[in-house]
Amino acid sequence: MRHGKKFNHLGRQAPHRKAMLANMACSLIEHKRVNTTVAKAKALKKFVEPIITKSKTDSTHSRRTCFRYLRSKEAVTELFREVSVKVADRPGGYTRILKTGFRQGDNAEMCFIELVDYNENMLKDAKTKTSTRKRRGGGKKAAAPAAEVTEADTKAEVVEEAPVVEEPKAEKPAEAKKEEAAPEAKAEEKKEAPKKDDSKEEEKGE
Amino acid sequence: MAHPKRRTSNQRRDKRRTHYKAVAPTLSSCSNCGAPTLYHRVCGECGFYRGKQAIQKEVAL
Ligand SMILES: [Zn+2]
Repeated sequence: MRHGKKFNHLGRQAPHRKAMLANMACSLIEHKRVNTTVAKAKALKKFVEPIITKSKTDSTHSRRTCFRYLRSKEAVTELFREVSVKVADRPGGYTRILKTGFRQGDNAEMCFIELVDYNENMLKDAKTKTSTRKRRGGGKKAAAPAAEVTEADTKAEVVEEAPVVEEPKAEKPAEAKKEEAAPEAKAEEKKEAPKKDDSKEEEKGE
Repeated sequence: MAHPKRRTSNQRRDKRRTHYKAVAPTLSSCSNCGAPTLYHRVCGECGFYRGKQAIQKEVAL
């Protein structure tokens, strides 16, 4: 009986599966990002993260242990020289899976799996993201009346561009306290404005 | 072993299937470009995910 055995076999037998995971892990270590199906990505995550953890102790023994899984000299070298240094202060969670949609042909759910520390884009934004949260919470009280005004305008005038022009003006005094935050806030408003327009149009359509 | 006594008639089969319905996906709009996107998915139009450039568009397709 297979009660409680949650391992995903991925439709393969053990040697096939191990070989595939080894190949995928080598690709991930080499390229830092792999496009695959969600099921494989999740299996790969469980496969590769313990190996990366193992690589933090650079000894002949741990190198040989990793080689047993990866079966590639180049990948092991890259892992111990580059990756292990970069992830040194991260306590696990080295990979990120982002779903990207469905594959043509078999409609399989596709995703990216990537090494977290090699995506500078996401790292940077993650830092600003926290500050964005704070600002939104504080600015909401001031922003609320402005939003009402713009909503009334859009209903009356049926002008799509109106909120984009007006909102920055209305919110400027509230945001003036944090000057460095202001340009980002404007950017947010611009993003939000088209959303509102869409919702308005839908309401009218219905 | 148990066996079906009667062949399922076309009518009975089709009536059973009246409850099989396609469900529309729940969509949100991308925070960057406003295109309709699925939740928990990278935007297919611009490659943004949760306000960040998750992937370059060339890579996405
Ligand atoms: Zn988008």
